Amino acid sequence: MNDSLHLWLIPLLPFIGFLLNGLVGRRLPKSVVSAIALLAPFGSFLVVLLASRPASFPHVENYGTWITAGSFNVDLTLVLDQLSLIMLLVITGVGFLIHIYSVGYMHSDEGYWRYFAYLNLFLFFMTTLVLAGNALLMFVGWEGVGLASYLLIGFWFQRKSAADAGKKAFIVNRIGDFGFLIGLFLLIVNFGTLTFSDLAARLAANPTMTGGVLTAIALCLFIGATGKSAQLPLYVWLPDAMEGPTPVSALIHAATMVTAGVYMVARTHFIFDRSPLALSVVAIVGAATALFAATIGLVQNDIKRVLAYSTVSQLGYMFLGCGVAAYSAAIFHLMTHAFFKALLFLAAGSVIHAMGGEQDMRKMGGLRAKTPITFWTMTMAVLAISGFPFMSAFFSKDAILAAAFASGSLGKILWFVGLVTAALTAFYMFRLWYLTFFGETRSHDAHPHESPRSMLGPLVVLAVLSVGGGWIGAGRFGAFLSPTLGTRTEEMSGSLELVMMLLAVAAGACGWFIAHRMYYQRSAAAQLAAPAPAGHNLLVNKYYVDEFYNFAIIKPLIAVSKYVLEWIVDVAILGGLAWLLAGIASFSGAVLQRWQSGNIRSYAAWLALGAALLLYFVLAPHVFGAPSLHLGMAGH
Amino acid sequence: MHLVSHEVPLVWYLLLSAVLFCLGVVGFLIKRNLITVFMSIELMLNAVNLSFVTFAHQWHEVKGQIFVFFVMMVAAAEAAVGLAIIIAVFRARSTLAVDRIDLMKL
Repeated sequence: MNDSLHLWLIPLLPFIGFLLNGLVGRRLPKSVVSAIALLAPFGSFLVVLLASRPASFPHVENYGTWITAGSFNVDLTLVLDQLSLIMLLVITGVGFLIHIYSVGYMHSDEGYWRYFAYLNLFLFFMTTLVLAGNALLMFVGWEGVGLASYLLIGFWFQRKSAADAGKKAFIVNRIGDFGFLIGLFLLIVNFGTLTFSDLAARLAANPTMTGGVLTAIALCLFIGATGKSAQLPLYVWLPDAMEGPTPVSALIHAATMVTAGVYMVARTHFIFDRSPLALSVVAIVGAATALFAATIGLVQNDIKRVLAYSTVSQLGYMFLGCGVAAYSAAIFHLMTHAFFKALLFLAAGSVIHAMGGEQDMRKMGGLRAKTPITFWTMTMAVLAISGFPFMSAFFSKDAILAAAFASGSLGKILWFVGLVTAALTAFYMFRLWYLTFFGETRSHDAHPHESPRSMLGPLVVLAVLSVGGGWIGAGRFGAFLSPTLGTRTEEMSGSLELVMMLLAVAAGACGWFIAHRMYYQRSAAAQLAAPAPAGHNLLVNKYYVDEFYNFAIIKPLIAVSKYVLEWIVDVAILGGLAWLLAGIASFSGAVLQRWQSGNIRSYAAWLALGAALLLYFVLAPHVFGAPSLHLGMAGH
Repeated sequence: MHLVSHEVPLVWYLLLSAVLFCLGVVGFLIKRNLITVFMSIELMLNAVNLSFVTFAHQWHEVKGQIFVFFVMMVAAAEAAVGLAIIIAVFRARSTLAVDRIDLMKL
């Protein structure tokens, strides 16, 4: 065993920050609250950096047994390997930048201390999730980030829409967690362990074991992933989650928490690898979500909602990557996405800040001159997500699309879906860009101003990462992750790869060109006023999915609750039972009450009668039965 | 042998005791005056005392005698407290009829 790397510090530091700010933050000055909140992720980031010694991976630290039940054991184990290292660097690094940004963004909020306490709590659970050496500890982190997400979406709980969005996120996630739990139970029943390394070893020892129960386990785990990572059909909570503060949207609902599903699938890839059916489901759901969410994103007018649907769509890409067993490509895209999507959200937050809280892009416009740094950083992010050559998503998206193309006939269809999505992505991102920064300003009561330095600093750092992040992984990423994720054998010819790359870039350029024609050459204002084409309504109403869920699930559920559970079970059966018991008690009370006449002589009479009866029953056997008391024969 | 056993049979003492006890019970049940009720209680106690003494004498057991002293002592204390209560009740209500002393009745 090698030296301890003190992995426990990574989750513990944010937890201490949470305790300090959560318990006494209300009474501390803002500077102290900020210092505590910033030191926690920074400390964790340093520990992660110090622990980055890939030579000794996987590094396991066991802190004792958590649960013992018969032969089944769950240990408190943290594992650092190539996969969790990348996740941790993204979580603590991007998390730290977003903490800095929040200092500026939230400076005048009353719940400043509460906000940072929740943010640190989120980091605690997220690092636990990533470091967990077994699925149960991962589930603890999984549920914990759900809690932190709920608290932060509903951060401005005085607003009903925010409180409702928090509840929606939590409930929809619970549906996914249900699948995750069933998957865990199946693992325990079939393998008797939840430790990832043991499971992998067991599967490696049985090379013929495929399909069947493994498919069931993989699909159950994937249901959990669709909840947390906002895939079809459980994606509905993520767009509503934009009710939370914008840095929260950047950290939790774009960069880190929503990618937990991708991480989980990559972590348990040895199960998915054994089930072609489950992999196909993952790939199809991913590609369908990518296309579906991108089409909705085309017509949204709320700047954050565009980004939310974009996130759903990009997560779909990652699952497409997982589904064609290109886990390292998925993790690569996860990392670059964390950079450019966090940047997009933070820049959008800066725009919203500049517009005094306005989120509707129809009321923006002409912000390029007023907010130059925000404009330039946002431009970098837009180029990055659109797959502009040699920027981050160019590499990662290309890796996923190439892997999809290389994986059989189904993969070819999914590759085409991905390609179309790439064009749509470029379109809605440039639409956002043109509507926000170009043309005449369409709002007359706003006085746009550039944001404070604490907000611009993280923007610049993330812009650098968005532009250059792809070079970190280009070509090397798969090799780096191969100890954890295994190696892929399919290799493509250089010329085919070049064609695919050109096609992806062409798709992006196509999207940009249409957006340019529609929102720049014709003025954006005229475009917004133009009559909507057919199908537009369907997209604006998000395919009526919320309405459908409302009609098909929520309404029947409420009806069953009201008519069956409330009226029949509660009022009729349980209430009736209670009334019956009460009736028996009061009736017998009314009868027995007669006894309590208040007349002393009647009490005495009952007493005497009782004593006489008692005496009779005690003495009767002696007097009339076996005579043992000879009253008349006194004397000796 | 003892005089009692030759002259007066044990059962007579016990019968006397039983008669006295029943008188006490009947008096308690039918009388309305609180003082009479109280006296009936004393009568019952003493009827029991008589049985105690009889048996103590019969079986040469001193415990029965001792018990009688206890009963007398308690009865004396009870008489003191009871009479005090009766006087207090009469002062407050100007009546000693047990049927009308029913303030605690719901």
